[in-house]
Amino acid sequence: MRHICLALCLSVLALPGLAQEIEARKVYPGTGDHSLRIISTADLDVFHPYILAFQKARPDLTVEYSVASSVELYKAIRAEAEYDLALSSAMDLQMQLANDGFAQGYRSTRTDALPDWARWRDLIYAFTAEPAVVVLSTKVLGDRPLPATRQDLINLLRTHPDRFVNAVGTYDVRESGLGYLFATQEARSTDAYWRLSEVMGRLLPRLFCCSSQMVEEVIAGDLALAYNVLGSYASERLARETDDTIRIVRMEDFANVMLRTAIIPANARNTDDAGAMMDWLLEVGLRESADAWPLPPLNKSSAAATTGFGPIRLGPALMIYLDPLNRRAFLEEWENALEQ
Amino acid sequence: MIPQISIGRRLTALLAGVAAVLSLLSWSMVSGLARQAAAQSQDNVLAASATTIAETVRSEQGEVRLELPYSAFSMLGAISEDRVFYKVTAGGTLLTGYADLPAPRADPASGRITFQTEDYLGEAVRTASVRRNVLAGTRAVPVDVTVAQTLGGVRAISGQLSRTAAGLSIAFFIVAVGLSALAARTSLRPLNSFAQAVSRRGPSDLRPLRRDTPSELAPLRSALNRLMDRLGQSIRRSEDFIAEAAHRVRTPLATVRTQAEIALRSAPDADARQRLRQIIRAVDESSRSAGQLLDHATVAFRAEDLAQDRMDLGVLVTQTAAALEPTATMKDIRLELDTAPAHVNGDAVLLDSALRNILDNAIKYSPEETTVRIKVRAAEKTARITVSDDGPGLGDGPARALTGRFCRGSNTEGIIGSGLGLTIAAEVLEAHGGQLDLGPNPEGNGTCVTFVLPSA
Amino acid sequence: MRYLLVEDNAELADSVVKRLAMDGHAVDHALTLADADACLRTARYDLILLDVMLPDGDGRDFLARSRAQIETPVIVLTARAQVSDRVGALNQGADDYITKPFDFSELEARVRAVLRRRGGSARNEITLGTALFDPMSGNLRLGEDNVALRNRETRLLEVFARHPGQTFSKGQLLDRLFSFDADVTENAIEVYVGRLRRQIGPLGLRIETVRGLGYRLETE
Ligand SMILES: Nc1ncnc2c1ncn2[C@@H]1O[C@H](COP(=O)(O)OP(=O)(O)OP(=O)(O)O)[C@@H](O)[C@H]1O
Ligand SMILES: [Mg+2]
Repeated sequence: MRHICLALCLSVLALPGLAQEIEARKVYPGTGDHSLRIISTADLDVFHPYILAFQKARPDLTVEYSVASSVELYKAIRAEAEYDLALSSAMDLQMQLANDGFAQGYRSTRTDALPDWARWRDLIYAFTAEPAVVVLSTKVLGDRPLPATRQDLINLLRTHPDRFVNAVGTYDVRESGLGYLFATQEARSTDAYWRLSEVMGRLLPRLFCCSSQMVEEVIAGDLALAYNVLGSYASERLARETDDTIRIVRMEDFANVMLRTAIIPANARNTDDAGAMMDWLLEVGLRESADAWPLPPLNKSSAAATTGFGPIRLGPALMIYLDPLNRRAFLEEWENALEQ
Repeated sequence: MIPQISIGRRLTALLAGVAAVLSLLSWSMVSGLARQAAAQSQDNVLAASATTIAETVRSEQGEVRLELPYSAFSMLGAISEDRVFYKVTAGGTLLTGYADLPAPRADPASGRITFQTEDYLGEAVRTASVRRNVLAGTRAVPVDVTVAQTLGGVRAISGQLSRTAAGLSIAFFIVAVGLSALAARTSLRPLNSFAQAVSRRGPSDLRPLRRDTPSELAPLRSALNRLMDRLGQSIRRSEDFIAEAAHRVRTPLATVRTQAEIALRSAPDADARQRLRQIIRAVDESSRSAGQLLDHATVAFRAEDLAQDRMDLGVLVTQTAAALEPTATMKDIRLELDTAPAHVNGDAVLLDSALRNILDNAIKYSPEETTVRIKVRAAEKTARITVSDDGPGLGDGPARALTGRFCRGSNTEGIIGSGLGLTIAAEVLEAHGGQLDLGPNPEGNGTCVTFVLPSA
Repeated sequence: MRYLLVEDNAELADSVVKRLAMDGHAVDHALTLADADACLRTARYDLILLDVMLPDGDGRDFLARSRAQIETPVIVLTARAQVSDRVGALNQGADDYITKPFDFSELEARVRAVLRRRGGSARNEITLGTALFDPMSGNLRLGEDNVALRNRETRLLEVFARHPGQTFSKGQLLDRLFSFDADVTENAIEVYVGRLRRQIGPLGLRIETVRGLGYRLETE
């Protein structure tokens, strides 16, 4: 184990020690004595089928699946908690881990088949491409058409503030790693972000830690609109719902596409099985059709084609917003906009 | 003796050696340059990155502030997938970044960028540092921005360029070796054709070489010419000596023989005549032996490097038979020729000598008023001369034995001979790749001698 | 016949002259090539016997030089019996050559062959009674009658013809007719004499047996 004295003091992340907050944990016992420990940001029910399918091929292997928030996951790996595979939706945090030497290299024919944008060195591999979407209830629209751009959204919120007071939800970027990633990337890419944030700020927005909660609240009718929800969660959840007044909208002016990535932590012990799991995830990730699995595929060709924007780029530039100074400055601005 | 390596191979090896040195040199130069260029471009990007960060440094209410622009790292990510580290200090205290990232060893001059190669987190990194002085409150605070990147990308690029250069160098080397071999062969061609010109020469051709040669070969040519000249002179001298010796011996013998013949005419009693006859026989015997010995030596000498002149055996037989005609007439022996064109390659002098010995035998051993038949025939692969006579035949012993040196048959009493005739004939035919067949004459009770020669 | 002998060895020359004279030939002797030139300018010869090694030059060079002017046939006397020399002599214009030491009957045979090749010479015919004898060709002529003799018979008749009225013993005839290596008995002489008698009888020539002495030619 390497004990690297890193004085990278990420204020919000610098929480004490090894006591990670694991939200859920499930063990899939295998027949043999090998076990593979996965830490992931994906909810148990979302990832359940993946583990079952993998275990069908490897019945001997015990799989231990822990769910944590992306920040917790980041902290756990940095604290050298013993996991064999870390799957996270927060690309920037994964990137930081890899850059700072907390990931180990892995290569196989599967990883070599990945497009360049879906990996960084031999450390990080993406296995899904998931867009950020808006989920809204059509009841609040009246006779207005579905908003297609942020400007449409701004107009909608401005014209009918009554319909949206206390009924707009978005990520609390101070807590959610993914929310922070979405927000920073969006702020970097379009100036409409800050205008929209200000408009939402006047409507007493409700802030969430996770996409699933926002989707639930929209379904329950507590929220009229949820902004920057993970499209994969939304469509997976809505597929189980009969109510057709709730719609998923993908912004046409700009849409973030997040890559869910996997790393093998530097201190992983069962690297062989971690590699096998990685290969299997990539196999699923590289499938051609979107259905059959809860999480969408990488979709090499169409992901870029539909919106004109590629997925968020893996690379050291992602670490820019993790810098405490930058983070402090961004959060200041964000709070000013949303908490009026 | 050390075995001599061929000049061609030596030349090829030499040129190939030069090519190898050049290839190595160019490879190391190209890889060196590639390394330099890759390192240079990394330095440039690191410098740009550090500068962009440094440009955001400002002071707000006496406090040093900065933000890291997205582009500062995205430009680093654009050239390679290398790990990136950074550190910003103000007056020695950390503002942000990796605290233990090695700082520039010397205080950088303001606005100047310093580069260092360091070890960080177990990997070699290249750092670029830039200093900016910021006025915080009343005092100027030096702000150092250091950006670092691992060297994997540079190494990959220069490694790949170096491999490409190695590939090119190897290709160049292979081509150069091919060309070297070609060059060696071309430059040795005059030597080879010179050697061929010498070896093409007939066995007794000692004329000086006149062909044009490159100046490098001129000394060889003149040395060779001098050698041939000396050789020619010594051969001439020994020929002159033999001629002189023969003259001095044979002239008195001729006198003795003539005197003996004259005496025989007038000798009254049988006893004296018998003695005179013996004298004459002895003279003839020694003369014959001397002649045959010299002929035999000549055959051995000329067979060593046999001339390969194309000739018609029919013509040869006609000429040789004509030369022996007078001798045959003395015994009223008829020479009956039956010739057809039959071409062979060989030494006409030797073949004439062989045939002469055979005809001489046929005439010598046949009784008076008989016929000697000479036939020339050509088959697909062989040409034959058959000489058959009506003489006493070769006797009971093995015919082959008669070709031995000084070997004479049992039927030779009173007939002069040295026992070398068949030896000479057999050796001549052997030298020509043919053979001498001896046997009884199938159409009578005499002898049949056959020359078998490969056709030309 | 008239010979020119070019030979620098006086002893050999003497004996050759003597030996040829015994057969009824006239021989001039030249010691050097210069002498030979002089002789050739003043007289005509039936044949030249030319030695190759002479004090004032090589006989073969002389041949090559003067072949154009001299029509007389040349037989070269050489001490060199080597194969390559034989070719050289003939190429340089000799009609034939003979190696020293030589047998006079072989010399005669060669001379006859050379002269025959050159077309013969009528002036060497010998008159025997009413018949004409050409010892060169072995022809015996009387008007329309023509007898061709073989070599031995010709030689035998020539012996008698050159010495008219002389009696020859069998031994003498043997020596003149056969080479010294031939293993012939005197009986053979009787056979040849018998044959010759039968052939020349019709032309009026007879060979008498002189009891105890030998044979003699009668020409009527
Ligand atoms: N045509 C022939 N008829 C009978 N015997 C012959 C004939 N040819 C060769 N011989 C025998 O073979 C022997 C060898 O012949 P060869 O020619 O080698 O020697 P040579 O004739 O005795 O001597 P020289 O060397 O002088 O010719 C002779 O001695 C003779 O016995
Ligand atoms: Mg012989």
